Amino acid sequence: MFHSFDEMLAAAKSDKPLWEVIRDEDCREEAISPEESFRKMKATYRVMRETDKAYDPAAKSASGLVGTDAGKLEKYLESGQRLAGGFMGLVMVRALRTAESNACMKRIVAAPTAGSCGVIPAVFLTAEEELHKTEDEMTGALYVAAAIGGIIACRASLAGASGGCQAEIGSASAMAAGALTYLEGGTAEMVRDATAMALSGLLGLVCDPVAGLVEVPCVKRNVIGAVNAVTSSEMALAGIQSRIPADEVIDAMKSVGSMMHGDLRESGIGGLAGTPTGKEIREKLAGDGN
Amino acid sequence: MNLFDMIGPVMVGPSSSHTAGAVRIGNVCRRLLGETVARADIYLHGSFLATGKGHGTDRALVAGLLGFAVDDERIPDSFAWAAKSGMEFSFAGIDLGSDAHPNSVKLCLAGKSGRKLDVTASSIGGGQICINSIDGITTNFSGDCPTLIVHNLDQPGHVAEVTSMLEHKMVNIASMQLYRNGRGRDAVMVLECDQEVPRDGIRWLEHLEGVEKVTYLGMTDEE
Repeated sequence: MFHSFDEMLAAAKSDKPLWEVIRDEDCREEAISPEESFRKMKATYRVMRETDKAYDPAAKSASGLVGTDAGKLEKYLESGQRLAGGFMGLVMVRALRTAESNACMKRIVAAPTAGSCGVIPAVFLTAEEELHKTEDEMTGALYVAAAIGGIIACRASLAGASGGCQAEIGSASAMAAGALTYLEGGTAEMVRDATAMALSGLLGLVCDPVAGLVEVPCVKRNVIGAVNAVTSSEMALAGIQSRIPADEVIDAMKSVGSMMHGDLRESGIGGLAGTPTGKEIREKLAGDGN
Repeated sequence: MNLFDMIGPVMVGPSSSHTAGAVRIGNVCRRLLGETVARADIYLHGSFLATGKGHGTDRALVAGLLGFAVDDERIPDSFAWAAKSGMEFSFAGIDLGSDAHPNSVKLCLAGKSGRKLDVTASSIGGGQICINSIDGITTNFSGDCPTLIVHNLDQPGHVAEVTSMLEHKMVNIASMQLYRNGRGRDAVMVLECDQEVPRDGIRWLEHLEGVEKVTYLGMTDEE
């Protein structure tokens, strides 16, 4: 895996497409064939699609805190009275579908984590459908997303308990932004800038799950992560650059994470979890034996 | 860490630590027991106790004891599957002390042949786990590779017996830990290996003077 965008950009100068460079490097480390790796990545992508298709608009999580919202949004968008319809509307619906499915104990792909599992499928499945991409192209772009995740994991963290929500939703958003830019034919520099802008936009986001559950606000934060990925990619494709280089943004995320109080890192104490309503929900669930 | 840790694993939600990690703890305990689990008394500690029900930690542990994988869609219904296969279980809270990881659990297991095993384990993040003790003696291993656990009397020669058996079977040792609860009392050695340890090697160890119990974690479910 790459340790920096500088390394990734150097590798992108090769004759092979970027995703192939990423795949072949990983195959060498893991001692598996490129074909086997590609099959596995494609199978993983298919799980994302199956989760989206299998969404149950009537399902609620065990706590009853989340569920049914993707269905509500979809219905509203279909009614035509929408501001963010089209591509963006579908991205929002899909982010909710997968994130709600996760809370309802359905099968998902942790990408990079279970709490942020809605971001990448929302962007990818919508791009495949609306931009008429092939499954193989999507699989290739998934390698680019994985490599971006690898750089973040290497320089900072992907866990809410160590870096806050910026490390989970922020990282997922950055991975989706870079991959979407690649899919749209952006240069490696544009991929880098889309990543930097997506992560910058969510820098400082705290991990404050109500009652400690991966539900509130996690499910809805998948929507902002997915939408932010699309807007960051659009900016990069337009030639807008990040003033701070991607590697330095990732390093800043690490430093912000370590400055973050423990109550704001997946402990279910601070932030929204610490509001009167958050605490009330926690107590009620504890009374119910949750 | 590889690319499939970034995009993956495929798992049943909602939490890699509280759900997928709990399934893996159950899987490892089942393989450590080496036979079908007939009864499991499960004690949840810390965050596993506080948020376990909402994360499905209880159902995930039972699913793991039944041999289900982390992406098995039967996980939410594992209690019903346990009833169907005749596995009894109970849940209670426990305080394993302030040094214990917040996501910890103690499992007291009995197999169908009557074999017993007590394990404490923690889910340490991202689906990774740590086995903290077996039958009351401290251990520290991940369950990611074949692991041989030998309980013996604390006396000279047992380490040599175990390592020479492994040499004879062409098994390379990746890591080795030794623990005892007092000089000349009970000792345990934990050996993480690069290859599977053959059954006959394990049986040979079981018959040695001073060896009290041999537990083996293979990488395949032998049911």
